[in-house]
Amino acid sequence: MNLFADAFAWLLDPANWDGPDGIGVLLLQHLLITFGVVAIACGIGIPLGMIVGHTGRGREVVVALSGGLRALPSLGVLTLVALWLGIGVAGPAVALVVLAVPSVLAGTYSAIESVDRRTVDAARGMGMTERQIILGVETPIGLPTLIGGVRSAVLQVVATATLAAYVGAGGLGGILFLGLKTGDYTLMLAASILVIALALVLDGLFAILQRIVVPAGVRASRSGTTRGRPTRRPATTGSPAPAGSSATEGKHH
Amino acid sequence: MIEFRGVSKRFDDGTLAVADVDIVIPPHRTTVFVGSSGSGKTTLLRMINRMVDPTSGAVLIDGEDVAGVDPVRLRRGIGYVMQNSGLLPHRKVIDNVATVPLLRGTPKREARAHALELLDTVGLDRSLADRYPGQLSGGQQQRVGVARGLAVDPNILLMDEPFGAVDPIVRAELQQELLRLQRDLGKTVVFVTHDIDEAFLLGDQVIILKTGGEIVQSGSPAEILAHPADDFVSGFVGADRGKRELTVTEVDGRRVVVDADGRPAGVLTP
Amino acid sequence: MSWIVDNLDLIGELALVHLRLAVPPIVLAFVLSVPIGWVAWRYEWSRGVLLSVIGLIYAIPSLPLFVALPAILGTSRRSELNVIIALTLYGIALMVRSVADGFGGVDRDVRQAATGVGYSGWGRFWQIDLPLAGPVLLAGLRVVAVSTVSLVTVGAVIGVQSLGSLFTDGFQRGIQAEIWAGIIATMLLAFAIDGLLVVAGRLAMPWTRAGAAASATRSDEREEATA
Repeated sequence: MNLFADAFAWLLDPANWDGPDGIGVLLLQHLLITFGVVAIACGIGIPLGMIVGHTGRGREVVVALSGGLRALPSLGVLTLVALWLGIGVAGPAVALVVLAVPSVLAGTYSAIESVDRRTVDAARGMGMTERQIILGVETPIGLPTLIGGVRSAVLQVVATATLAAYVGAGGLGGILFLGLKTGDYTLMLAASILVIALALVLDGLFAILQRIVVPAGVRASRSGTTRGRPTRRPATTGSPAPAGSSATEGKHH
Repeated sequence: MIEFRGVSKRFDDGTLAVADVDIVIPPHRTTVFVGSSGSGKTTLLRMINRMVDPTSGAVLIDGEDVAGVDPVRLRRGIGYVMQNSGLLPHRKVIDNVATVPLLRGTPKREARAHALELLDTVGLDRSLADRYPGQLSGGQQQRVGVARGLAVDPNILLMDEPFGAVDPIVRAELQQELLRLQRDLGKTVVFVTHDIDEAFLLGDQVIILKTGGEIVQSGSPAEILAHPADDFVSGFVGADRGKRELTVTEVDGRRVVVDADGRPAGVLTP
Repeated sequence: MSWIVDNLDLIGELALVHLRLAVPPIVLAFVLSVPIGWVAWRYEWSRGVLLSVIGLIYAIPSLPLFVALPAILGTSRRSELNVIIALTLYGIALMVRSVADGFGGVDRDVRQAATGVGYSGWGRFWQIDLPLAGPVLLAGLRVVAVSTVSLVTVGAVIGVQSLGSLFTDGFQRGIQAEIWAGIIATMLLAFAIDGLLVVAGRLAMPWTRAGAAASATRSDEREEATA
């Protein structure tokens, strides 16, 4: 186990945290890339997912897109875009957005679609506009699933951003690839530990967030009697788990 | 007054849900559409608040074609109660009842105060106001649904099998409650059910529909019982099974009413 | 595109290596997930724990795990084993939930009827529970298969050869066609395995096709709620 001991010793050495190539800066870079990319992906994926989920139009496209993404190798996308746009942050950022949008889109779409159609019908019957139905009924009820989609995107981007250091994107992956180039396994292991810890912390935070946003009324009825609630037939085959959960999303990072 | 003039509805998949229907629904009365599933009764109801638009023909409210009215505005002026209540699960009972007034711009305090009164009207304890729909029984949820339908004091109340999902005892309670409410309020109620007994109990006018959205007979319950239009109606109201053919026999000096199978239905009082 | 034509041999060779890395995790994940998922479904107390552990594994990014496994297991740093073990773990993480959901979705009445007509516990598992959970298991397995094929490519950056090597090589030598070839070949391989699984599923579960037809007719009884 002295491999781990060496790695932790390196991580705990304050000297390795300072400076322009220190852990501190790279960690910050990694977080900035992650949240920047996810924010852009949300800007694209959430409105689109709302429209698709609400109207039911284009759902085949969304399903095909998130299914296709599973097969799409992220390293391939990263290297290809890097060749087009040159090494640096821009290329990887574009690639990361491309890889993150489907998660957000699928999460939002299933969030909206998972809402009981009778509830939506009643809301419309009362005279809510379509916009009011989306923002006032479907989004709050589906919010945990929507956040689940964002959570998947965050995990995806944290992981792929590490890989993106291969094409010069910076971030914690930089340490890993420096270790790889110089044959310094301690460095590689230390970077891996950091990235894994970062992913687990972010995943945990989102798990908590997902719980917090469950509407009180929905939580109340869940603990009470569970009644059959028809939704539109789920577009993802098989597993009843909501998208944004691993079962329908697949692992691609 | 609500009028259906030559209304038909064909859905995108080709099913004919309503076939050339003419109906006049008088104001301040309860009109019941009754028929089995696929008879187009819900489709007809939903044409009144434009949840469904007819393929041909017109629906008029007080002489105005609803096709020319903005659907959102139209719906905010019509009460709508549906099966399984359709309450918003993430909003408290009181906010569910106050939804439409708030949409129409009523100040929050006023809307909530009025919603509390409506809970009284439908026979719900005010202590339920801060509960969520999921914490109520099926019957209570249905009452909240009715309260919500009444929230803007609409002239028209549409009720789509509102008591279909509750158990028979609660259903009987809710039916009596609706009769009481209707005596007090005198709304134009359009009610959809597949239960002929419920139709006869609640309806001033009953419209019997059959598969394919055709009207087989309309009239008061008494008229329909007295002169069933055809075998279909006889079968539907149970006249062919002797359920509605009552005769009087004398038992111990009292006159007992029995049906065609000899089962007692009640006692005639002098 | 001429690069692709000139290098079909290389692509084919890498595809075979790729398969050698992808197939064992898919098979292992399936075989190991069925008992784990069954336990998660059968015993309420284990469900929370198992699903949490699985959630954690799922959250771990692949490249760092490839790197960390030698330190944990004592494997050689460039060994294909690291990739295979990591992908098996991910496969299990994806699959166990499907298995638990699949068993959970078996109609309680059917299960009681089976017990009623005299199935033993073991016989009921093989004859009733497993086949009826089959479609959900298959759906989960398809996700695992496609994800695994795609993830194998990541190994290329730490020197484990696969179709992913076309990305690293293409990037370093600036050959776009090579990267395209890698992307296309990886996706084709993923979809081919997916297709095989679908066919295998139809053969193993012929009743699912009849079921699909039945559910299609059910949708004809239109809900009148169409607006």
